Amino acid sequence: MDSGNTLINLKNVSYRYPGGKTILDQIDFKLNKGDRIGLVAPNGSGKTTLFHVIMGLLKPSQGTIEIFGQLRRKEKDFASIRHRIGLLFQDADDQLFSPTVIEDVAFGPLNLGKSKQEALDISRETLDFLGLKNFENRITFKLSGGEKRLVSLATILAMQPEVLLLDEPTNALDTAMKSRLIKILRRLDLSYVLISHEFDVLSETAHAFYSIENGKVFRDDRVHIHTHQHSHKIGRQPHRHV
Amino acid sequence: MIPEVFAIGKSVIHSIDPRVKVVLALVYSFVVALSASLAVLLSGFAVSLMLVMTARLAAGEVIRRLAVLLGFLLLIWILLPPTYPGAALFSIGPLDYSAPGVLLAAQISLKSTAILLSLMALLGTMSIATMGHALGSLGLPDKLVYLLLITYRYVFVMEREYQRLIRAMKIRAFRPGTNLHSYQSYAYLVGMLFVHASARADRVSNAMKCRGFTGRFHSLWQFEKDRRNWFFALIMSFIIILMAMVELWIQATHS
Repeated sequence: MDSGNTLINLKNVSYRYPGGKTILDQIDFKLNKGDRIGLVAPNGSGKTTLFHVIMGLLKPSQGTIEIFGQLRRKEKDFASIRHRIGLLFQDADDQLFSPTVIEDVAFGPLNLGKSKQEALDISRETLDFLGLKNFENRITFKLSGGEKRLVSLATILAMQPEVLLLDEPTNALDTAMKSRLIKILRRLDLSYVLISHEFDVLSETAHAFYSIENGKVFRDDRVHIHTHQHSHKIGRQPHRHV
Repeated sequence: MIPEVFAIGKSVIHSIDPRVKVVLALVYSFVVALSASLAVLLSGFAVSLMLVMTARLAAGEVIRRLAVLLGFLLLIWILLPPTYPGAALFSIGPLDYSAPGVLLAAQISLKSTAILLSLMALLGTMSIATMGHALGSLGLPDKLVYLLLITYRYVFVMEREYQRLIRAMKIRAFRPGTNLHSYQSYAYLVGMLFVHASARADRVSNAMKCRGFTGRFHSLWQFEKDRRNWFFALIMSFIIILMAMVELWIQATHS
């Protein structure tokens, strides 16, 4: 079929926490080249689990995972493709473990066997692209929350991935940082899946919406025009709702 | 958070290769710690002071750090001489201050201040990150270096988690007392910290795996070659050897 275009293809995948409840129940999920999928679902519904299953960090109890046209089963299968999928963790503190920004960004490229100079060049380019030009020698844990998020994104983009899995990238960011991140995402020429609770973020960054309910993934086409009452700042001024 | 106030500066000492500074600090500390003669200890104190001045460290910060040590030293001066056996040098009321006791207190004071000052000037003038890499290139095993670096990285995260838990306890009117409830609550707190730390470690490890980590660390670090390194190492080695020789000579003539 269109396997050349399909990047990620989960078929009938289930995941159950050891001794716990089933969090993914025989789901099918497909990401094609160029897709920008927004994933909206309540807390604890398994969005993060889905990402970790795709990365091979969690082993599904049943089903098949096909990534880049090949079946992936063992740790080795996943290890060889992890750098082609960039997973942005929910908590930037999990992602940034090196003392300085440049070391953290270069960590991935160095693991891929790049030379020091190549790794430095890629890292600097990536930081530049994200508008973090002077961040090289900043100490990672002294960065602000928004800066940490951007540097985390840099550490992933430096691996030059083909797919991004973004786990609540705009969570706890202020408005300015949020719009900066949205701009960056729109500029990227990558396929991605984005988890978010924020509708304004999703509407600007995603083309299709999915949700997870009771362990099942749904394509959510239930976007329809409706009116509702709400209050917000400077609401008396003429404004538009998208 | 530990502010590394001395780490950034433009002095000669700041520009010296961190590996040179680590080695010199280690050897110098040993020589000072093992010396007993006041002459050597006094010159050690002077050398350390000179190092601090060369590094142009902010005097207020240096004194603030010394103050912690001085508190301990004060205690030693109060307690040690009157309780140490030997001929009395002088007495205050019923307390006889023995001469060997005063000497010992003086030695302890000089040694500890000299070593602390030298460490501020030599080790304080590099960031912990730099120190980790310097130790690595001096042959310390990778695992230990990264244990140091990752501990330094996450100790603040853990502290924040600790503060969060303490806050959660406080807003529910927890007041520590000498009772089982307090002990139990503290035990839970410590337990939760361990649980959080372990979960955090899992997530960090996963994040590292996602970026192609296979158990080998690659370091970006490179140290610049500079003739000043040799010059500085030479002067310091000369001073250290001189101090050691004088000390040995004094010990030999006294015995």
